Amino acid sequence: MARIDYYKLLGVDKNASESDIKKAYRKLARKYHPDLNPNNPEAEKKFKEINEANEVLSDPENRKKYDQHGDDWKHADEFEKARQRQAQQQGQRGQQQASGDYSDFFESMFGGGSRRSDSVRFRGQDYNAELQLELKDVFTTHKRTLTVNGKNIRLTIPAGVKNGQVIKIKGQGGEGLNNGPKGDLYIHFSIENHSKFKLDRDNLYTTVDLDLYVAVLGGEITVDTFDGKVKLTVKPETQNGTKVKLKGKGFPVYKEEGKFGDLYITYNLVIPTQLTEKERELFNELSKLRAL
Amino acid sequence: MNSEKFIPLQALCTHYEVETSFFTLLDEYGLIEIQTHGEALYIHQDRISDVEKMIRLHRELDLNFEGIDTVLHLLDKIAELQKELTATKNRLRLYED
Repeated sequence: MARIDYYKLLGVDKNASESDIKKAYRKLARKYHPDLNPNNPEAEKKFKEINEANEVLSDPENRKKYDQHGDDWKHADEFEKARQRQAQQQGQRGQQQASGDYSDFFESMFGGGSRRSDSVRFRGQDYNAELQLELKDVFTTHKRTLTVNGKNIRLTIPAGVKNGQVIKIKGQGGEGLNNGPKGDLYIHFSIENHSKFKLDRDNLYTTVDLDLYVAVLGGEITVDTFDGKVKLTVKPETQNGTKVKLKGKGFPVYKEEGKFGDLYITYNLVIPTQLTEKERELFNELSKLRAL
Repeated sequence: MNSEKFIPLQALCTHYEVETSFFTLLDEYGLIEIQTHGEALYIHQDRISDVEKMIRLHRELDLNFEGIDTVLHLLDKIAELQKELTATKNRLRLYED
């Protein structure tokens, strides 16, 4: 059982007045409130700690008890044993009320959440989870089962979700206190790209090797897109580094069904190597023609 | 009005244990939009999570309506900046790979 210094948590001394405690609590609550610190588990933890401290120190009876037992571990332990005996005699009534939101110390001193004022309803804890996916996984909308805090949650992963994006699943967090609403589940997406395509916003970028003769004379080539192959007409006299846009062949736009970004292809001209005598001769002829 | 998408204000007052005046003041401050149908008042279901947040800010932090409005604006701004930061990081990855 960890000793928690509630006065230290609130930043007040042991002789602080009720109004000092209230003032200190309010200031810290504004700083660490989960709504003001979205996706910040540290702030949420701190908020719970200062709430616990305020629960005890703002109630004169609880504060007295805390002051009495605070520096003496043995008394606190004896109190805990007495409380356990009492609970057993009452058929372990109320054990279900013990909540993970309180420290062990608080529960042993004040009996879990049962001492908390009924009028204060607290929203449940927000859970955070990270989901690692491949880029190809988020090309189409699909369902996936996640296990969060031992609970299986069936999720629809929308196509086009981006690396670093956070999706909130309402009501899938921790249980609320005193009939407070459930917390939410925040899923952080970590998306790795091992494909030959680069993604920028909803557009895909890739480089395609282009045969010299097709580049000079024009022709038809087959290129890979993210979800298959397409035939592409190459204009005669295409230069190295030329970019072409394939409209609608990019990545799906998040939450806009049927809408896609574009695919940008950059041609990389490939010069033939290991020329035969005949080829060299013909290139020389071409060169002479150009010189005329 | 599509009644399936609107929640009666009275039901919300009971569920969240708040006075009707709380919602009417939120409406007056432009924080929510109350719809009237006949004599009953309604709120669109899409606004419920915001309403819950406003109730929490009011109850747990003693924020008045001007305070709630300011906080929500700043949170929107933070979310927008966070989005931009993520997009920028993703673009930076293109050059780092």
